[in-house]
Amino acid sequence: MTEALLLDVRNVSVTFDGFRAINSLSLALKPGEMRAIVGPNGAGKTTMMDIITGKTRPDSGTATFKGHDLTRLDEPAIARLGIGRKFQKPTVFEALTVTENLLLSLKGIRSPFAVLFARQSSRERERLAELLSLTRLESVANSTAGDMSHGQKQWLEIGMLMGQEPDLLLVDEPVAGMTDAETMATADLLREINKTRSVVVVEHDMDFVRALGVPVTVLHEGSVLAEGTLDDVSADPRVIEVYLGR
Amino acid sequence: MNAFSCQSARSFKSVVWTAGLVLLAAIVLAVASLLPESSPLHASAFVVSLAGKYLAYAMLALSVDLVWGFAGILTLGHAAFFGLGGYAMGMYLMREIGARGAYGDANLPDFMVFLSWKSLPWYWCGTDHFAWAMMLVLVVPALLAGVFGWLAFRSRVSGVYLSIITQALTYALMLAFFQNGFGFGGNNGLTDFKDILGADLHAPATRAALLVATGVALAAALLAARFIVGSRFGNLLVAVRDAENRTRFLGYRPDQVKLLVWVFSAMLAAVGGALYVTQVGIINPGEFAPANSIESVIWVAVGGRGTLSGAVLGAILVNFGKTLFTAWLPEFWLYGLGLLFIGTTLFLPNGIMGLWRPTKKNDPEEITPEVSAPEGEHP
Repeated sequence: MTEALLLDVRNVSVTFDGFRAINSLSLALKPGEMRAIVGPNGAGKTTMMDIITGKTRPDSGTATFKGHDLTRLDEPAIARLGIGRKFQKPTVFEALTVTENLLLSLKGIRSPFAVLFARQSSRERERLAELLSLTRLESVANSTAGDMSHGQKQWLEIGMLMGQEPDLLLVDEPVAGMTDAETMATADLLREINKTRSVVVVEHDMDFVRALGVPVTVLHEGSVLAEGTLDDVSADPRVIEVYLGR
Repeated sequence: MNAFSCQSARSFKSVVWTAGLVLLAAIVLAVASLLPESSPLHASAFVVSLAGKYLAYAMLALSVDLVWGFAGILTLGHAAFFGLGGYAMGMYLMREIGARGAYGDANLPDFMVFLSWKSLPWYWCGTDHFAWAMMLVLVVPALLAGVFGWLAFRSRVSGVYLSIITQALTYALMLAFFQNGFGFGGNNGLTDFKDILGADLHAPATRAALLVATGVALAAALLAARFIVGSRFGNLLVAVRDAENRTRFLGYRPDQVKLLVWVFSAMLAAVGGALYVTQVGIINPGEFAPANSIESVIWVAVGGRGTLSGAVLGAILVNFGKTLFTAWLPEFWLYGLGLLFIGTTLFLPNGIMGLWRPTKKNDPEEITPEVSAPEGEHP
């Protein structure tokens, strides 16, 4: 261990009602790294995200982020530490406008009393302008988020993630339901984001993973089956077996 | 001011108007009640106390709308806080009677003498001071709401389960206050009040002043509620209402967000209850009856949930209807109320306030349809 790890998940196991969702899984991520996680349904991809973000407590094993023990913290505390999570289904606040959504996401004020008396600062105004242009949502800035298209909601949510200024982004199936053009634009966006932050992407879409061009971790039955470049793991007979076999 | 200030659809301009109208109506009625009885514009004591009662109920409705309309907490027990505020005020008014009670005891209220109690229970101490009693009006409901909310929200109890617990809360209070030994007059509650701050409660001037005070309190509550829902906190409330989990992953603690608005709402309801008691002249355990809380939810639904003004409008209109109805066909009032609620739910989902607003294309409650091909590209 020569370099400090940003995220270090070690030998983590979780059992739900006797079903072992995660089995002695380990995952390490260096600062600035981007990793794609692939695996068939039920491989434990989402559960792994749940453990990292504090939604699920592991039965055994450790998970640390920047030296903090994630298994002792709840979701808001972990979010404040700098882990942002994007869900598979876009979850934006539909009754609020795009700008209001982004404003709530901005790193900073979190205690209810402070939020009550918060006035928009010039720095926040600048950040909003940046995020609106990054996500190409300037023209709909004051429209209700609920009226957006599916793709726009995905981008709004990515914008909200950026607003949190996390050190690590967890992105769950970002291109599900997107057109090919949107998929490629999203790959570009994630690569752009990766210039300043670490990213973990869970995705089924292999074209998308190839477009990202990052190391791939293959999960199967709750543990790591293979790790390496997409070409290496695609050639791995065990991976082929899991994806195509039986 | 700037391009990115919140130009929300929810700007609540009508709330300022409503506050102004409420205040104006209270002042006009108060002045009219002070005119000589021969004047054609004279308002009778009955009308004044009725108006005061409506405004106090409107305060309860406003507090319900704040938690139901904006935080998504369907409370079926808000009359508990209204009743507690009423009892705190009632304690002060009881002590003001002094030696003028039926038993002539300068220290003990009549019902305690009747129960052959020798001294005041400790929690009655200081209630002869108006300021202390007013503090109780605010602090006791706030404490109860705080403890209740902390336990419920922290355990992530929500939806219909939370509604049922709030109902149980007010029911438990009703049973407790029915007990003679509880020290609040049992069945009969607190009544036979004589004066407030030395002013005769039955004098027209006092009644007029109380009506104006209620108008001022309601107008102030409307403006305070507007400030809350119009602030960034208001956006956060709506966010918690619609996607509580998402706010957690943004680093917010929805339990604290809900607790803050819940406690504030309880205090509003309590002030309404305190003002109610001064004008109605009695507070008894019946105020805690679950039906009262449910009625207050119906007022909000009829007026328009999540609009603040609608809560006030609904409370006043439904209670006006109740006054008329119970005079003409008392046995049919409950059926009327039930029909009103069903009718509102079916035909006016946004209540009376919904009539003014353009109907929205997308209902915010509606779950996002899973679109396989997004229709528009980013411009």
